Amino acid sequence: MADKLLEVKNLKKYFKKGKRWLHAVDDVSFTINRGETLGLVGESGCGKTTAGRVVLRLIEATEGQVLFNGEDVMNYDKRQMKEFRKKASIVFQDPFASLNPRMSVSEIIAEPLIINKTFSNSADRYARVLELMDTVGLAHQLENTYPHELDGGRRQRIGVARALALKPSFIVMDEPVSALDVSIQAQILNLMDELQNELDLTYLFVSHDLSVIKHVSTNIAVMYLGKMVELSDYSSIFKDPLHPYTKALLSAIPIPSVEIKRERIILEGDVPSPINPPPGCRFYGRCYMRQDICKDKDPELLEISPGRHCACHMVTPNAAG
Amino acid sequence: MSENTGNKETLLNISDLSIHFLLENGTVRAVNDLSFSLNAGETIGLVGETGAGKTTTALGIMQLVQTPPGLIVSGKVEFEGRNLLDLSDAEMRSVRGDKIAMIFQDPMTSLNPVMPVRDQIAEVLLLHQNLSSAEAMEKSVEMLDKVGIRKERANEYPHQFSGGMKQRVVIAIALACNPSLLIADEPTTALDVTIQAQVLELMKNLKTEFDTSMIMITHDLGIVAEICDKVAIMYAGSVVEYADKMDLFKSPKHPYTIGLFGSIPDIYSDAETLSPIKGLMPDPMNLPTGCPFHPRCDKAMPECSKVVPKSVDTGDSHFVRCLLYKD
Repeated sequence: MADKLLEVKNLKKYFKKGKRWLHAVDDVSFTINRGETLGLVGESGCGKTTAGRVVLRLIEATEGQVLFNGEDVMNYDKRQMKEFRKKASIVFQDPFASLNPRMSVSEIIAEPLIINKTFSNSADRYARVLELMDTVGLAHQLENTYPHELDGGRRQRIGVARALALKPSFIVMDEPVSALDVSIQAQILNLMDELQNELDLTYLFVSHDLSVIKHVSTNIAVMYLGKMVELSDYSSIFKDPLHPYTKALLSAIPIPSVEIKRERIILEGDVPSPINPPPGCRFYGRCYMRQDICKDKDPELLEISPGRHCACHMVTPNAAG
Repeated sequence: MSENTGNKETLLNISDLSIHFLLENGTVRAVNDLSFSLNAGETIGLVGETGAGKTTTALGIMQLVQTPPGLIVSGKVEFEGRNLLDLSDAEMRSVRGDKIAMIFQDPMTSLNPVMPVRDQIAEVLLLHQNLSSAEAMEKSVEMLDKVGIRKERANEYPHQFSGGMKQRVVIAIALACNPSLLIADEPTTALDVTIQAQVLELMKNLKTEFDTSMIMITHDLGIVAEICDKVAIMYAGSVVEYADKMDLFKSPKHPYTIGLFGSIPDIYSDAETLSPIKGLMPDPMNLPTGCPFHPRCDKAMPECSKVVPKSVDTGDSHFVRCLLYKD
């Protein structure tokens, strides 16, 4: 199973803001194996959505490589990009804004099939649309309804059906459940799980919600202000978080239980601006473990123990033992 | 501060409150026969999903339901011994912001964008307390200090503050007149989790300092576990379960409450699949007959579609609205 489907190396995306640069994604590397899910978690403005979009070249990267099945996507020409778009798709956060309000459910799902001329006759295409509606659990009688007539959960199912239309092997899930109520969120998460198993899909799952991320991911990457601060398998990051930011993030989640008692770490201040960030660790200003070295030297993402990476001067391979 | 610290007297008692919206194409029954009470110093969590009627209940208490189309059909809202529904508009205005204050969900839209934050706090003080403008300004700066905003920032405008800081300003406005009841409508939903932790911590401390009772409206059972004493679970306009927090978390009884717990991905368990509630929230204009939850309920029995369950006490004031439970 462990063959690499996607390999991202030293990805950077800077946006120009007047004369200054906003470092949205700053030197991020990760790999996703076929059939697995990488959860990308972080707070607003940490660059997780930008990272997802740069991987698909919906936004062009400033620097770095994205290897898909071993080929560098950044070097693809227009024709190759069109092929790539069939294999890699995206489900967007807001099921209210990502669907065309003037298209019916079946038109929305059929659109990628029409653009790519997947079927030579409309009867076959229509059969595929109905098949996709079955796959995501949308009743056939909804085919002629419009997005505004449906609730958030059903709309997100349309978004998933559209993403699946061209039989992709890789899907970027950009906060797919954050606009939904918990009972509906659980339905959609279970659906994504089933689809992954049935269709052998690989996900890059972007979310701000650590409990959702834990539920879906094989590996988890934590981002802070454009940098990846920790990368681990899904269970050890919760049992034994390494980076001080991950620790604070975990302790900040309100747990729906009256029995678990935790030490809470309350961080000071807000996330600083990603425009022209100072040298040194991005987390320096809010960190409760900071030392002098952190102010000047940017920590590298190091392998602390097999499969576990952390970017912090205070966490070294020896110390973690 | 009030002398009632530790005293268990009833501050708010809502009984059989029903709020409907009369629209051209039908009646939305947003809140139905809702009852709960709150003692001085306590915090109750009002939990439910979109459309459960949580916010409408809060607006009902504040007499802010827009009429028409909204209409308080029946019920009583007794606050400090008076039924708020009997008060005149002028009397109600003197209660709002002074005795009962509200924090809204979105700090980006609940502040006035063209007014410095200090003046926004002073506004409520001038309205309710006999202060000179200079005294009100001084008190505003004091309030900002209490919520952790430096006095140098008092003259800044809302857009100069981050989301968490804006919500702190809103909290300062709400607590300025030392209200006996604070209604917080999803106060941290728009915030990032580390900022949410800061704001919840602040609210917990200020609640104790000001000896305020609180109604916390939220969809997050984690927040309830952290901050509340009692919980009311709402579904389709009704309170389906109402109990002490410890009781409710240790032994949830209503199938909907159990379903809610099953839907939350738990970071402390290794469960592979979630057990969500099947189906969707009912159309509030066309609520199912009998128990509004029966079409989605795993334990539904034939009579569930015919009989509207009454709220029964299953012991220790743990109320459940479900035919599975008898007095």
